[in-house]
Amino acid sequence: MAQTVLHTADSRGGADHGWLKSYHTFSFASYFNPERVQFGALRVLNDDAVDGGMGFGDHPHDNMEIISIPLEGALQHKDSMGNLATIEPGEIQAMSAGTGIYHTEYNKDKNKAVKFLQIWVFPNQRNVEPRYDQVKIETAAQPNQLVQVLSPNPDDAGVWIYQDAWFNMGKLESGNQVSYQIHKKGNGAYIFVLEGQVEINGQALSRRDGYGIWDTEGFSIKATADAEVLIMDVPMEF
Amino acid sequence: METKTEILVVGTNEPIRATVLRLLNANESWNATGVAGVDEAIAACQTHHYTVLLIGAGLTDTEEADLTERALAIDPSIHVIPHYGGGSGLLSAEIYLALAGGTKNQAQ
Repeated sequence: MAQTVLHTADSRGGADHGWLKSYHTFSFASYFNPERVQFGALRVLNDDAVDGGMGFGDHPHDNMEIISIPLEGALQHKDSMGNLATIEPGEIQAMSAGTGIYHTEYNKDKNKAVKFLQIWVFPNQRNVEPRYDQVKIETAAQPNQLVQVLSPNPDDAGVWIYQDAWFNMGKLESGNQVSYQIHKKGNGAYIFVLEGQVEINGQALSRRDGYGIWDTEGFSIKATADAEVLIMDVPMEF
Repeated sequence: METKTEILVVGTNEPIRATVLRLLNANESWNATGVAGVDEAIAACQTHHYTVLLIGAGLTDTEEADLTERALAIDPSIHVIPHYGGGSGLLSAEIYLALAGGTKNQAQ
């Protein structure tokens, strides 16, 4: 029988640094809740807003798959591998930190906030060679469908990471329903409602709610209002 | 006076190890020191009591397993945990969970 966990938007941890406002679904930095540490290999789901012209100075990462999904504005990324890139809504960025990298992330716009999700997934290998990947995603062009934006396979749609994880995004018009099949036995899915309202197996979810479901082969998502969702299909044990 | 939790950090990437040490030592209840490799870590464990051994980036799987086995042989009560992320994001939670006896492979 399917097991589930509900994390409502207002139950998330928060941090307000003035220039940075962040909501943490799972324990992160100074927010620690032993009941909210991870969902399987999904360890971080931060919903960040960075003021115009501000950002994260040079800081290190290692041994983590780090995925950024811009929601509004533009985020400028520069790293110790020599990558300099701007990511905007409609794109996804993945970085395998592996043996270690340094990077900066700044709001490219001096006046308008950039809003983005930063997602960390535990890698299935430690100490890999660091790498960076960025691709466009086509959710807007395919309404009422789920679009794969991340996988473990370099030749598959979206970015790839060192983990048996698959991410899908979809824009659903009110009244529409889509089915989702878990990709791999032992995986679970964590659904994050970016906008609108949906219902999953009878559970109503609103904007920025999170819902984990595992020990199941699949589920359906029904939009009860125009909605946008992100599905993160990750190993529950790894 | 409160006794600080002693933490040994092992990792080959010196700048990241320094960042991790700075962040850990910002907590008044923790005292962290760092070394680069397995033999240095074992030597440190033989002369000092550590509550947590945090394994950072750069060791091979074999070195990590060897370090864990030898550290536990010296002190079975030591909490040996891998560090992920390289910075401030997960560090505190990793230490708190280790001290509470938690593991990372849990669905919540």
